[in-house]
This record gives sequence, C-alpha cells and structure tokens, in this order.
Amino acid sequence: MVLSENKFMMSSSPHIRSKTTSANIMQIVTAALLPAAAFGVYNFGLPALIMLISTTASAVLTELIYQKLMHKKVTINDFSAVVTGLLLGLNMPSSAPWWMGALGSVFGILVVKQLFGGLGQNIMNPALGARCFLLISFTGQMTTFIYDGVSGPTPLAVLKSGGTVDTMSMLIGKIPGTIGETSVFAIMLGAVILILTGVIDLRIPGTYLATFAVFVGIFGHFQNPDIGFFDPQYITAHLCGGGIMLGAWFMATDYVTSPITKRGQIVYGMLLGILTGLFRLFGGSAEGVSYAIIISNLLVPLIERVTLPKPFGKGGEK
Amino acid sequence: MNGCMERIYNGLIKENPTFVLMLGMCPTLAVTTSATNGVGMGLSTTVVLVLSNMLISMLRKVIPDSVRMPAFIVVVASFVTIVQFLLQGFVPSLYASLGIYIPLIVVNCIILGRAESYASKNPVLLSIFDGIGMGLGFTVGLTAIGLVREIIGSGKVFGFQLLPLADVAAGKSGYVPVTIFILAPGAFLVLAGLTALQNKVKNNAAKKGKKVREASGCGEGCASCGGCSGKVFPTGNEEE
Repeated sequence: MVLSENKFMMSSSPHIRSKTTSANIMQIVTAALLPAAAFGVYNFGLPALIMLISTTASAVLTELIYQKLMHKKVTINDFSAVVTGLLLGLNMPSSAPWWMGALGSVFGILVVKQLFGGLGQNIMNPALGARCFLLISFTGQMTTFIYDGVSGPTPLAVLKSGGTVDTMSMLIGKIPGTIGETSVFAIMLGAVILILTGVIDLRIPGTYLATFAVFVGIFGHFQNPDIGFFDPQYITAHLCGGGIMLGAWFMATDYVTSPITKRGQIVYGMLLGILTGLFRLFGGSAEGVSYAIIISNLLVPLIERVTLPKPFGKGGEK
Repeated sequence: MNGCMERIYNGLIKENPTFVLMLGMCPTLAVTTSATNGVGMGLSTTVVLVLSNMLISMLRKVIPDSVRMPAFIVVVASFVTIVQFLLQGFVPSLYASLGIYIPLIVVNCIILGRAESYASKNPVLLSIFDGIGMGLGFTVGLTAIGLVREIIGSGKVFGFQLLPLADVAAGKSGYVPVTIFILAPGAFLVLAGLTALQNKVKNNAAKKGKKVREASGCGEGCASCGGCSGKVFPTGNEEE
C-alpha cells in the first residue's frame, strides 16, 4: 500500500474487530459436546468410543487431504471438521460398523462442505447431511439400536406405537438410541456452556422446542386418540426422546446454516418445530429431527430474504 | 474432417448431450439405476432420434415454419410408438423396467432440440449422422452413469454380481451396497461427479496444448458418405 507509512490506517469496515475467531467458537462447541460424548461412551461402551474416533478422525483427514490435493489453505486447525465428525458420531447408533461412520464423514466433509466451498458455504449441516446419506443407504443398520446387548425399540418408537415410556430414564439417558442423543442431562450441560459463553442464544432452540411442544400437544391426539390434548407427560417424553435436544442445541444453531436476521431465526425455529412434529407423528419413521433440520437449512436463504430488516428511515407508509 | 464423422464426434464428445449440453435430464436421472437400463434407454432414444432427424430433414422444405413444433411432435411420436411396441414385443423385461420413460421419449429435449436446431436446416445424410452421434453420446452418458450407480449401489455390473454381498445374518463379510446410489439422490451425485470428471479431462488436455483426440479420417465403412463433404452441402447452423 502506498499509504502504509501514514499514521492513519485507511481501510474499509469493519474497524473494530472482535477477538473471537471461528476456531474459538468451534473449540467451545467441541467442549460442549464432550459431556454427551462421554455419557455415550459410558452408556454404550467401547463400540461408541471407536465410532466417535472413527468419524472425527476421518472428517479431519478428509478435509486435510482435499485441501492438500486442491492446493487450498489447510483449515483443519479451525476445529470445524472436528465438530462435524463428533456430531456425526453422536448421531450414529453404537452398533453400526466403524467404517460406516467414516464413510459418512467423508461424504459430509467432501460433498456437503468442501465441494460447496468449505466452511461458511455449505448448504446444509455437514453432519446431518452425512447422517441422512447413511440413513438412506443403510436403513437397517442405522435404525437398529442395541442397548445392554439387546436390540430394542427407542422410546420414540414405543410412543408411536402407543406404548408408555419412563421419562426419568430418558432424562438420564439409560435408553437405546444413537450415541449422543440419549442423555438429556448431558446435552443440557453442553447447551448451558454454549449459552453462557454466548456462542448461541435462545432464539432458535427456544422457538424450536416451544413450537414442537405445542404441535405435539395438539396433534398427538390425532395420531393416538388415547392421548389427550396437551398431555404433559406425552409432551415431555417427546421433548426428551430422540435427537431433538441434540438437534435443537447443537445442530439447528449452526451459524452457517441458520438465518442471521432475528425475525428469521424465529421463523426458522418455528419451521423446525412444525416439520419435526409432522415427521414424528405422521411420517413413516419415529424420528424426523435430521430431515426437519436439513430441509429448514435449505430454506434459510429464502427466510433471510423475507425477513431482511428495513434500514432506519426506509419503508413506513407509502 | 469429413462432415459425417464430424457429426458423430460432435455428438459423442464435443457436445455430448448428457455431460455437455445437459439435455434429456429426466430419463438420465430416472432410468439409470442399472447399466442395462442405461443402454436400453440410450439405444431406444438413438433409434427415434435417427429416424425423426431423417424424416424431419426430408420434410424441412414442406413443413411451414409456424406449425413446425406440432409437426415435429407428430413425427417423433409416431417413431416412439413404433419403438415402444417393438420393445414391448421383443424385450418385455426392459420394457417393464423403463416403464413410463419410453412414451416420454416424445418430449425428450434432445430429440426436439436436434430437430429444431439441426435436422430442420440441414440435408438428410448429415441429419442422420447427427442423430447417430447425439444418440450414441446419450447412450454412452446413460451407460456410464448406470454403470457407476449399479456398482456402488448394488455391487453388480450389467446384472452380474461383481462384488459378493455381505450377509449379516449368515455372518458372511462382503460388500455392503450403498443403496442411496440406486435411489434418486445417487443419480444427481453420479451425474455431477462424471460431468466434473469429463470437464477435468478436457481441461487437462486443453492445457497441455493437445486437442482431445479426434476420430481421424474415414474408415472403409464410411465410403458411402463421400458425398456429404462441405462442397456438396453447406454445413452450417451447428451451434444453435
């Protein structure tokens, strides 16, 4: 620059920079995921640990190899691949073979993230894109949940077929399910870390969970006539079961694939709640969080366009 | 290069309907669940394309400009009906697996596109070769997509079990098919992947200063097309 010796820096905005970097945020998210991961390993044993290592390592490796091959700046130090890999691992059943998780990570990082331009450009959450890829490809293995050596239905499947579930064990997490989704306590611990450090705010998860609760409260009756309107136990069971807690706090709030406008975040949260409720109550399978989130991810550009705030002085009466 | 061979080269490589022109995406994505389906669809389309190109080129001075589209459709639809009955009669299994996509050849963009942009403006022999080139290009594209999808999605090649499948119940290890590849999303993934691959190959060849290898000259089988060099017929309107 010609003016580099000038005392006054002439540059375009932003003039005030925050110390926060992508790497900081991703490290906090990784730390916040650790309670759920630790509980998953405690709950499901060694296979869960192998799965988590497999998904995380292959996510990082894929990113490294792709960026080396394409002569791009290697960005594995920003931890975003670690978060993707870890999230995918937490979304896998412990009984699935490890290579399945690795394949999912390769798909998530390569196709969903890097081919669209890397961090910040992905059209949907890479971990969820990968999970849906695996869910469609290997439906059998991805929906078989083995707990304590027996293959059993998840609480959501029990609920859907009209049975009753023990809400307390769902809060603690001693139930079959994917590695990271079972324990509401462990997930909430991570969520509190995220909220206290300011990484996420309550807008998206709050509207998501609230809309979902209202939806299930009303339409649960139509899916199963034995359930009354706004049956508190039924709603609690739905909120604690399946991947909704993990999805609402960790995946719906992904910066890249959620709206930046405040009104947009509320619309997005409500859309998530309605879609999840629709899929769970009236869809073919008992769980629908993954599909609800990736479909809403795809609608984010439209939501942002509609909810663009008006600059001061614009608009008003014509 | 001889005009006829140029047409075939153009259809197969330079303006491959699947990977370059991106035409006829509906059958491309829908029927390529196996290589056999890809070949069947590609060849059926080729037959219709050659015949309709021929007839439309013959009639190009007769068909009034203002009603050319209905006229093209009538011609194409007649040939599609013939092909449909032939397939139903002689290869019923292929007919069953292609299903609704055979009658839909009528509205395939490649056929109408070639009729509109080439056959209606060029002489008969060149139009026939244009049909052959485009049809073969489409067949190659569909077969390639079908082959990749079939191998990854079910471990087979042309219906032959290439990779032995794993059987969890019997404790037999082997290939676990990635089912998504024979479902709709797999079609998009494979199409995109193969298109990227052929662009890469073409770009690399261009970078090295080499042109993509062209079919050179005319073999003995082409003796009959001596008449279609540029001298006798004008070869224009290729890029419309």
